Amino acid sequence: MLDSKIPPGAMSDKWTDFKFHAKLVNPANKRKYKVIVVGTGLAGASAAASLSELGYQVESFFFQDSPRRAHSIAAQGGINAAKNYPNDGDSIKRLFYDTVKGGDFRSREANVHRLAEVSNSIIDQCVAQGVPFAREYSGYLDNRSFGGAQVSRTFYARGQTGQQLLLGAYQALMKEVSKGSIKLHSRTEMLDLVVIDGVARGIITRNLVTGLIESHMGDAVVLGTGGYGNVFYLSTNAKGSNVTATWRAHKKGAFFANPCFTQIHPTCIPVHGDYQSKLTLMSESLRNDGRVWVPKTPGDQRKPTDIPEAERDYFLERKYPSFGNLVPRDIASRNAKEQCDAGRGVGASGQAVYLDLADSIKRLGKETIKQRYGNLIDMYQKIVDDNPYETPMMIYPAVHYTMGGLWVDYNLMSNLPGLFVIGEANFSDHGANRLGASALMQGLADGYFVLPYTISDYLAKNKPVDPKLKEHAEFKKCEKDVANYIQKLLSIKGKRTVDDFHRQLGKLLWDKCGMARTEAGLKEALVQIPKIREEFWKDVNVLGSGEEFNQALERAGRVADFLEFGELLVKDALDRAESCGGHFREEYQTPEGEALRRDDLYSYVAAWQFNGVGQVPTLHKEELKFEEVHLAQRSYK
Amino acid sequence: MSKKINLTLKVWRQKNCKSPGAFEVYEAKGIDTDMSFLEMLDVVNERLTKENIDPISFDHDCREGICGTCGSVVNGQAHGPVKGTTLCQLHMRNFTDGQLIVIEPFRAKAFPVINDLAVDRSSFDRIIQSGGFISIKTGQAPDAHSLPVLKGRSDSAMDAAQCIGCGACVAACPNAAAMLFVSAKVYHLNILPQGEPELKTRTINMVKQMDKEGFGNCSNEYECEAACPKEISVSHIARLNQQHRKSNFT
Repeated sequence: MLDSKIPPGAMSDKWTDFKFHAKLVNPANKRKYKVIVVGTGLAGASAAASLSELGYQVESFFFQDSPRRAHSIAAQGGINAAKNYPNDGDSIKRLFYDTVKGGDFRSREANVHRLAEVSNSIIDQCVAQGVPFAREYSGYLDNRSFGGAQVSRTFYARGQTGQQLLLGAYQALMKEVSKGSIKLHSRTEMLDLVVIDGVARGIITRNLVTGLIESHMGDAVVLGTGGYGNVFYLSTNAKGSNVTATWRAHKKGAFFANPCFTQIHPTCIPVHGDYQSKLTLMSESLRNDGRVWVPKTPGDQRKPTDIPEAERDYFLERKYPSFGNLVPRDIASRNAKEQCDAGRGVGASGQAVYLDLADSIKRLGKETIKQRYGNLIDMYQKIVDDNPYETPMMIYPAVHYTMGGLWVDYNLMSNLPGLFVIGEANFSDHGANRLGASALMQGLADGYFVLPYTISDYLAKNKPVDPKLKEHAEFKKCEKDVANYIQKLLSIKGKRTVDDFHRQLGKLLWDKCGMARTEAGLKEALVQIPKIREEFWKDVNVLGSGEEFNQALERAGRVADFLEFGELLVKDALDRAESCGGHFREEYQTPEGEALRRDDLYSYVAAWQFNGVGQVPTLHKEELKFEEVHLAQRSYK
Repeated sequence: MSKKINLTLKVWRQKNCKSPGAFEVYEAKGIDTDMSFLEMLDVVNERLTKENIDPISFDHDCREGICGTCGSVVNGQAHGPVKGTTLCQLHMRNFTDGQLIVIEPFRAKAFPVINDLAVDRSSFDRIIQSGGFISIKTGQAPDAHSLPVLKGRSDSAMDAAQCIGCGACVAACPNAAAMLFVSAKVYHLNILPQGEPELKTRTINMVKQMDKEGFGNCSNEYECEAACPKEISVSHIARLNQQHRKSNFT
């Protein structure tokens, strides 16, 4: 049984008590500690900047050319906080409650409560940094409602909230770089975690321009390396997003928790060709003003504007009258799939539903809609070559976010001392389904307001690492292992490209472990994945060398990791014989077709221990206790 | 409706910043017009790999026009022929069957070539380090509503803050100037009340760093605005010049 180290006491006092009891590092001693931060998204950049402000030495690593490119930049809709500025009944307790319920009771209550508690400070911090959130004519901040919530608690910057928040964190990071207390390592990929006597001591990296493989040692390693959605090949993630850092840490002993909890976002632009390289999200804020529908008659070929009102089925409004189009993502996605499976899907592929802005345009005028969603609509127009102001948009669910990740305790530390995991890369706050506008909140909460306290507590309890440890044989061994691994990838010289394998794996996972999962399908995938992996190591063709800029080599390493990780994802999905949130096992549903949780059997976090490639992993459980929010079947009707 | 077209690509290939580069010609056959430009390059790269020819290196990441990673000069235009569009959001329906497409990296002294179409834009990061921030530490902030900001002011800060830092403005400018990039950040931060205390040092230091990096000067060609995928206005440059003068004199 895993110890989550949740502080004792009442839920609303835990974080305050923790901060009071946490050990502190003397200001003069802080510079003696070095923290390695991998990733510069909202979590990584905010953590690196905040730790540097405290006085620690920080080294920041990222595979992109600039920290500002991290994929948090693409988040559109907004960020939640319990400010209750609109006076509509919001509170820390309500945000906490909504998040636990929205996560279908598979998240850790104490972490979620802390998240809700610090949410307001995030907004204050970002405004002070100059993040241009949307404002009303009064000069005060505007809020909107977002999927899965009945209050307006979402702050936004047009449809580019992630961009503006990330630029805020990036600028904070740059401010610290200019002071000389953060060292940046651009175009540098982490390829291994160095663990000595059970403690995380550093990382091995490859410089993506020169191919140089290097060791870096620190007093703690922080991974803010994002999610693993690209295991499905097609997803809304950036092309570079990958599981490599977390997977390689897993192979060094860090437990991977709930990998089967993947979020399929309901409003994406549908797939249109087999050459397709990624899927594009249309912010779900569109569901505030857009109505989702399909024709009542299967196979109806008429243009959407020719289908009269009486022959349309606004299925979300019909099935969930109190939340309507704003039901949580997992429910919206599953219902879209259900309609398409029943033959009522639209578009050339039949794998799409309409998202119609017509009523809102009539009510509010085109100008208002343009102001709210202009950039999204432009993007849709560019990709699909169709005009959403005149005809409804077509949307379909796509892989978007991953709730699972490396297991962490209340301190955001993995089971390996010294290894901290923040943002999407950890598992703790969103349970089996993440609510809209909560990813940005969690990334920044972890980086600005949680990790600086918890990591200080860890560092205070440990002496600064002896510089001589860098000569330890383990660093040399890890460097050699990485170099050999790269040589192995380059030496195969087979016939198939890296992307070819990635597509094959992605399609298999989408079919067998996507929006709906069955025992038979998952077992089939467990047979297929090792075969694809074996084929990969026999027949992949990676040209060029390891001592130069080689993008195919970068991708090959990431796909090799996806081919191992995919198996764990499926194994976890098979093991969890219940439906909850984004994990829908067809065998377990209510008579109305909703997810049926089995709390008596599965009210736990599944944290997997690596035992070798192709070997059965060991399951460790963290029992989930619900003291504040009572376990109940979610209802959005 | 989508259709298939055949194209001839003339692509800049360069091993690294120390070796000379040259154009190579590749055929791109059966390209679906619904593809994005980068998906077209993916298809060409898949074929090249199968023929044991090193694939073309090009930077890209989000492929939805927001991360600012992608960008090449296509037929003489940074990010290609469509206004307000990054290369990843440029679709092949904008090209015709049989067309010759010339693809080059963003060219500027301050953006050395890394490999083929990938360039080093870390000079932009260094400009931001010189003053493109508001010096507030984590935890110091007052309540967000303690300081109302005029909506118009906040909206125009957002217009400038939309810059994705891709560098197309530099590539499009005959002087390889970074004035649009610098002025957009300076304006975003200077116009907000939160950014006011550092207004002068920010303005002076960012311009100084820009010059140090080897970017050229502005001669009012307006090519930067025309190439900017976020259509950021050149009026920011005029404001920057004005602010810079004022900051130096007072």
